[in-house]
Amino acid sequence: MGDILVFVEHRSGSIREVSLQILSKADELARGLSGRLTAVVLAAKADFLSSDFSGRADRVIVLEDERLSDFDFTGTAAVISKIIKDERPSLVLMGHTPWGMDLGPALSVRTGLPLATDCVGVSLDGKKIKALRQLYGGKLFARVSFKDDSRGCLLTVRPGSFPIDASPGRQGDLVRIDVPKDLSASSSRFVEYVDTGAGEIDITQAELLVSIGRGVGEKERIEEIRELAGLMGGVLSCSRPVVDRGWLPKYHQVGTSGKSVKPKVYLALGISGAFQHIAGIAGAGTVIAVNKDKKAPIFRVADYGVVEDLFAFSDALKEELGK
Amino acid sequence: MDIVVCVKRVPFTQEVDLEVAKSGKSVVTDSLAHVINDWDGYAVEEAILLKERLGGVVIAVTVGSEDDEEVLRRALAMGADRAIRIDPGESSLDGSVVAKAIAAAIKGFSFDLVLTGVQADDDNQAVVGIMLAEILGLSHAAVVRGIEPKDGELKVRIELEGGIDEIRMVNLPALLTIQSGINEPRYVSVMGIRKAAKKEITVTGIKDLGLSDADLSPATEIEEVYLPPETGGAEMLSGDPSKLAQAVIEIMRRKGVAL
Ligand SMILES: Cc1cc2nc3c(=O)[nH]c(=O)nc-3n(C[C@H](O)[C@H](O)[C@H](O)COP(=O)(O)OP(=O)(O)OC[C@H]3O[C@@H](n4cnc5c(N)ncnc54)[C@H](O)[C@@H]3O)c2cc1C
Ligand SMILES: Nc1ncnc2c1ncn2[C@@H]1O[C@H](COP(=O)(O)O)[C@@H](O)[C@H]1O
Repeated sequence: MGDILVFVEHRSGSIREVSLQILSKADELARGLSGRLTAVVLAAKADFLSSDFSGRADRVIVLEDERLSDFDFTGTAAVISKIIKDERPSLVLMGHTPWGMDLGPALSVRTGLPLATDCVGVSLDGKKIKALRQLYGGKLFARVSFKDDSRGCLLTVRPGSFPIDASPGRQGDLVRIDVPKDLSASSSRFVEYVDTGAGEIDITQAELLVSIGRGVGEKERIEEIRELAGLMGGVLSCSRPVVDRGWLPKYHQVGTSGKSVKPKVYLALGISGAFQHIAGIAGAGTVIAVNKDKKAPIFRVADYGVVEDLFAFSDALKEELGK
Repeated sequence: MDIVVCVKRVPFTQEVDLEVAKSGKSVVTDSLAHVINDWDGYAVEEAILLKERLGGVVIAVTVGSEDDEEVLRRALAMGADRAIRIDPGESSLDGSVVAKAIAAAIKGFSFDLVLTGVQADDDNQAVVGIMLAEILGLSHAAVVRGIEPKDGELKVRIELEGGIDEIRMVNLPALLTIQSGINEPRYVSVMGIRKAAKKEITVTGIKDLGLSDADLSPATEIEEVYLPPETGGAEMLSGDPSKLAQAVIEIMRRKGVAL
């Protein structure tokens, strides 16, 4: 009892940050639970695992197989649920990423372990695990417990929730496991990856981004903000709903499914501050948020906040710039 | 193509000061406006678009109270043929119970496709869709922003991170969780919704679905909810718009932006 399993994600030959963040948190939790920490890596070829990585767990289980490349769900889910059933860990952790959003609920059904998703914190109350989640796009926090975690529980963790331990102190043994020959036939098959982000403007290079969210209300009024951005020598960017509605092309979008940006100043107009958006501005120097809701979650991460109608603010800004 | 689409009615919380309920385990939502979960509007539209192209029947399902029938009527007004409401009565729900209830309610139907939203705007869980797929043994994909039927399979566009999409062929029957932006949900007028009131909504009690007590007992429990601490956030600027504008220009210059 007390063991922790972490499912590690990698892309283009490197371990993803979210997995390192989770392993760092798991290190602390494993001490609290007096359990063993295991990292599980599935890949066509896991030649990217460094000796540095082994320090992040007591054991690194590696499964190599062509059928596990390109995130083949059927193979991955079959292999992972078998490991969970064999190992009976108290806690299973993975990222709340597109991968984890498919895998987490599926593993919960297959193994019977209770699930909490998109956790921003994990704590121990004795040996009982408590998850911290956000509701209503971050307007509310919730502490979640499991009715019956005697057989363990499963959490998906929001990227960026925990710092990465710079000097991990474990000594993981590398254990290779054979992938069963009779992996069931896949119910879907990979075709290709497509890059949708390229376009006329590169928002990742801008020094000043003037960024609009759903608060802009209607497509027609975007011109007013485009004008403002022009006056300030800045570049127009936006949150996802603006792209979803077809108001601006996708290459303007900031966030996990858009671009990560690093301007000196990020001026957010009518953006609430969902984590998928905030993740994209981690590299911004200064964040100034304008929102007419004083409780908008973006004010918790911005450097400066303005509670005002974005158009009234934009008009005033234009006037001051014209002086 | 026969399609089941899952819809949820959620409170609208922008510019609302949420108030924690006496129990300390939820917020007061009675006084709030309610809307169809944003992602579910896209899921209903996608179901209707597929029906318009390929024929078939669209059934909308919700687990909720009588007030929640509002989102079923919206789905009917958009073009769904039938609607089912599973009434939870006094039962408490979490993602796993909702998934089990929907699975029990639809497992006798013949359908090719089930659509849900990626996540609900209130609980932000993103669990019900994939759990439902696994319970029913359907192939599935999460965060889908394109569907193209092709030779008895679906060619789906799955959204990964950083602007990368993955194209996959998925066998039918399947469940897909629908991402916002996949289409442009059609506008329905109040009149349209009223007209749709004539279409039938079948109501079933959650206890009448043949689920065991264990199935109906939530696996997770919210012990406590609380509003985020007010400290530690942005430095709030104050004054009239022109004062605010001056302050912001000042900050930008200080941070090295040439205006
Ligand atoms: C898998 C996945 C990936 C995602 N990827 C991204 C991503 O890459 N980027 C992204 O941005 N989102 C992404 N999202 C969506 C994200 O969860 C939020 O839904 C989205 O960021 C909300 O955008 P918003 O803040 O513009 O809109 P809302 O949340 O609707 O906020 C609008 C804000 O405007 C304010 N407002 C309204 N009118 C005015 C006015 N006149 N003046 C001032 N303020 C006003 C409101 O108070 C509110 O705070 C993703 C979601 C999922 C599930
Ligand atoms: N009570 C409900 N009734 C019907 N569908 C639901 C319900 N709750 C969740 N769903 C569906 O599951 C999706 C994901 O919700 P969630 O897992 O709660 O974030 C939603 O977009 C809906 O399509």
